Amino acid sequence: MSFPWAEHYTPKHPLMQWVDEKLPLPRLVYNAVGAGYPVPRNLNYFWNFGVLAGLALMIQIVTGIIMAMHYGANDLVAFSTVEHTMRDVNAGWLMRYAHANGASFFFIVVYLHIFRGLFYGSYKAPREMVWLLGLVIFLLMMATAFMGYVLPWGQMSYWGAKVITGLFGAIPVVGEPIQTWLLGGFAPGNASLNRFFSLHFLLPFVIAAVIILHIWALHIPGSSNPTGVDVQGPQDTVPFHPYYTAKDGFGAGVFLILFAIMLFYAPNYLGHPDNYIEANPLSTPAHIVPEWYFWPFYAILRAFTVDFFFVPAKLLGVLAMFASILLLFFLPWLDTSPVRSGNYRPTFKKFFWILILDVLVLGYCGGAPAEEPYVMISQVFAGYYFAHFLIILPLISRFEKPLPLPGSITESVLSRHNIQGEQEAVPGMGADPQPSNAG
Amino acid sequence: MVRIGAFLVGLFFAGWLLISFLFGAYAYVSDPPQPTVEHEFHQAPKHVAFSFEGPFGKYDRQQLQRGFQVFKEVCSACHSLKFVAFRDLEALGYNEAEVKAIAKQWAIKTPDVDPATGEASTRDPVPADHFPKPFANNVAAAAANNNAVPPDLSLMTKARHHGSAYVYSLITGYQEQPAELLKEFPDAKTPEGLHYNPYFANLNLAMAPPLTAEGQVTYGDGTKPTVDQMAQDVAAFLTWTAEPKLENRRRAGLATIIFLLIATGLAYMAYQNIWADKKKAA
Repeated sequence: MSFPWAEHYTPKHPLMQWVDEKLPLPRLVYNAVGAGYPVPRNLNYFWNFGVLAGLALMIQIVTGIIMAMHYGANDLVAFSTVEHTMRDVNAGWLMRYAHANGASFFFIVVYLHIFRGLFYGSYKAPREMVWLLGLVIFLLMMATAFMGYVLPWGQMSYWGAKVITGLFGAIPVVGEPIQTWLLGGFAPGNASLNRFFSLHFLLPFVIAAVIILHIWALHIPGSSNPTGVDVQGPQDTVPFHPYYTAKDGFGAGVFLILFAIMLFYAPNYLGHPDNYIEANPLSTPAHIVPEWYFWPFYAILRAFTVDFFFVPAKLLGVLAMFASILLLFFLPWLDTSPVRSGNYRPTFKKFFWILILDVLVLGYCGGAPAEEPYVMISQVFAGYYFAHFLIILPLISRFEKPLPLPGSITESVLSRHNIQGEQEAVPGMGADPQPSNAG
Repeated sequence: MVRIGAFLVGLFFAGWLLISFLFGAYAYVSDPPQPTVEHEFHQAPKHVAFSFEGPFGKYDRQQLQRGFQVFKEVCSACHSLKFVAFRDLEALGYNEAEVKAIAKQWAIKTPDVDPATGEASTRDPVPADHFPKPFANNVAAAAANNNAVPPDLSLMTKARHHGSAYVYSLITGYQEQPAELLKEFPDAKTPEGLHYNPYFANLNLAMAPPLTAEGQVTYGDGTKPTVDQMAQDVAAFLTWTAEPKLENRRRAGLATIIFLLIATGLAYMAYQNIWADKKKAA
């Protein structure tokens, strides 16, 4: 698709030629994820996570469809049909644990994928649309995961639904009608459960559709790479298949091993015990917390404790929580540095690692009870989060002096081999920006 | 324009968070949060070793049977076990006839409808039935239990942190309210009809100590029925009711991981092989 030297699809078998004339679907696949897509030769393991996210979505769809065959989306039976799946359905426990842990692993790989993009400047021109579509996928994932967590109709399901829809209640004037409209009632109930199930079934297919757009948009300029230097010729690329299919195959194996360890040996570790208690509108859990992948955002939500004149603190928290994701949509225009890769941006790199630490601390505070000192810590680190993207990053890109870039992808690969011999051609994310291992 | 707007938004959020932090910090210093009685006196579950711990742990069938006996003779008077069926007991090592007999002789009967009159009636449970509930509804349960509904026990060990140890600790953890607690928190005296237990989240539990004397249950296998032993056994039984597929899961996990290790090893070799010409210095 993207480069003139891309290999061309030439079916040899008459049947494949016949198909290609009528419906060139094999050609489309060949050009999208086959030998017809030239990819920079120097991608490191952080470029595996896109494919792994696709794999995680497939796992979720397959296990989810099977679970839906045994699930009753009714508040009277939802909890017991889930237990029925766990106890009486053949391999039902496997499907459910794979689905619950699969959601966590989906978020793990997507977060690594996003931070890969943040470090290597994958959001910059000409790939802004790829980044924007990726964020749309992320938002859809969050909505899907939230609604999926409601379906078992445990205590955390119920109270999580109440808290999250309650966020809309913070909007002045129209907030409460919106909340009632979303829930189909004044509190989570059968109407809410039914619509959440319907949407939870629908959204993964919407995600799959946006992924197609995401990959389509990616294939216009082609994949980025760890140097951030543009592809200049055929010597800089290798065909996606077999080179990156082989590498992704290995990556998928490692992913599945880690997933299997969690799924088979600690399936409830990432969950909350309260969700094994059936939903009870009359008994509020001591601490209502969402799933771990929402914790950083939950910490930002709870960090606002002081009203801003006539704006209540709760509304500020809601605005800030949405803003913390929406600001990422503006990133391509906030970071104006022409250098993409963080390896050649010494100041940016330091602040990038501070951001990682910041998000981890926010995550920890989001999972902790809403008491001191966690609220104060959240306030400081949430403040940094906004300052990082909205103030620091634009300033860095203005004043930072980047390190010299390699002349080409091939040059960076060769210089590494000349100095380091036959070492594994994969530097870590924080590799020193010397040409010796800047691959 | 985007950058100016972003700068102002960033300044507002970061600035207001800083101000909120200063407010919070001032309150924290000038009026430090008082420790609560739960915070000071609640205890994490005791350490207790079970056969099913660790990646290769298995249920001890004898222990599960003893635990089932404790549940049958003590717990089931008040607690339901609604997600477990009598047929499931075959996993504890009972044969079909024994399960049939256990169901038939169960003290609580299964609700039914009289086929002649259509009126509500009861019948002996059969293996396909789930354990019948001791109370007709929550109102009856609360009325009979000092206004507290005894929770269903099917999932109890998964519904609490460190559930198996929690059940064991709770049953063996009843004690007199410590004098220092009353000295520090005079208002926190255990109310009439409740029982002090430091392993319970809010320290005061409606359930009276269920296992009080050695020999409360007579074990068929000759194990000495101390309170500690009975508590361990019923905790093990309730771990099984919450996670009956634990052994299948670990067995399937081992096979899956061995398969994945081999497959990933081959995938790595394929990867190295395919890239061999690209990794050589040109």
